[in-house]
Amino acid sequence: MALGKNIITDIERAEIVRSGDIWVNNENRRREIEAKEKKRKEWETVSLENRVALPKFRVGDTVRVHAKVVEGDKERIQVFEGVVIAQNHSLNREAFTVRKISHAAVGVERGFLLHSPRIEKIEVARYGKVRRAKLYYLRGKVGKSARIKEDRYPTR
Amino acid sequence: MVDTILGRKIGMTQIFNDRGEVVPVTVIEAGPCIVTQLKSVDKDGYVAVQVGFGEIRPKLVNKPLKGHFEKAGVTPLRHLQEIRTSDTSDYKLGDEIKCDIFQTGQRVKVVGTSKGKGFAGVVKRYHFHGGDMTHGSMIHRKPQSSGATDAARTFKGTKKPGQMGNVQTTVRGLRIARVDSDRNLLLIEGAVPGANGGYITIQRLTGGRRDS
Repeated sequence: MALGKNIITDIERAEIVRSGDIWVNNENRRREIEAKEKKRKEWETVSLENRVALPKFRVGDTVRVHAKVVEGDKERIQVFEGVVIAQNHSLNREAFTVRKISHAAVGVERGFLLHSPRIEKIEVARYGKVRRAKLYYLRGKVGKSARIKEDRYPTR
Repeated sequence: MVDTILGRKIGMTQIFNDRGEVVPVTVIEAGPCIVTQLKSVDKDGYVAVQVGFGEIRPKLVNKPLKGHFEKAGVTPLRHLQEIRTSDTSDYKLGDEIKCDIFQTGQRVKVVGTSKGKGFAGVVKRYHFHGGDMTHGSMIHRKPQSSGATDAARTFKGTKKPGQMGNVQTTVRGLRIARVDSDRNLLLIEGAVPGANGGYITIQRLTGGRRDS
């Protein structure tokens, strides 16, 4: 029987699971290298249970994304905090865009893949109440007008 | 061992590699190809394996081909192709060639039929600049001059409007990202020619870009 598009859906579903395994492998390798550098004989290994579960968040929420940045052969964790202004839902390609106001009132936007092995942890700092799916209007706003109403009773 | 397999393009998606980076891949249903004929020097003057791929309704197979399939003792197949090889002793009629002849990291070339664009003008077909759309210009997407007056004829090969696409297209040096022999799937990095569902040939490259 000829294979159909549902095969791609299967691959994408499996990829979300595989992303966790890649994270475990890379984290263990990093720990091993670190232990050898510090001349420790033993180090703790991690498994999938040690990974912080992804929280539920929506457009308008303020999130703190801990993402791994690779510099040469070294990895370090960079924290990016800002408002989620867009989300794209699509199995393993699920992505979101975070906007923060850097110093000198310069807006910085960064896109993340939700299921990327390079995402260490996502924290929700504040729940927002918005009436749009995409908050692109924030790009033209600064200061007080760029605020978002807080959702006091979040249902996520 | 043969170095070629026939397949069908299913579509594109993306996967993560071991470093956690995103890799765009094309998913290909590769094989199983069934051996339908063995060509030999004695009989045909050259050595090759003829393989078939893809299912077809028996009604659509004409009588000469039906006889050919019966002789090989296989059910009718949609596509037939010969694969040149130095030795056919590994194969006998009815054998299956699966995608496990490839390994992750190998470089391949993919031959397919590009998407047809129909009868296209020169702007689309050859990336001519075209003229202004406004400012009184009456030359928008016209091909303009097709040669000098001195020659009094148009040279062969002059770029003109015509059929675009729907021709055999080869992409070389693509990397195999994953082999799934249980489901007969090959994941190849990057795009391959043709529409989804299109019939393609994947061949291992020797020399040139190194495997990685």
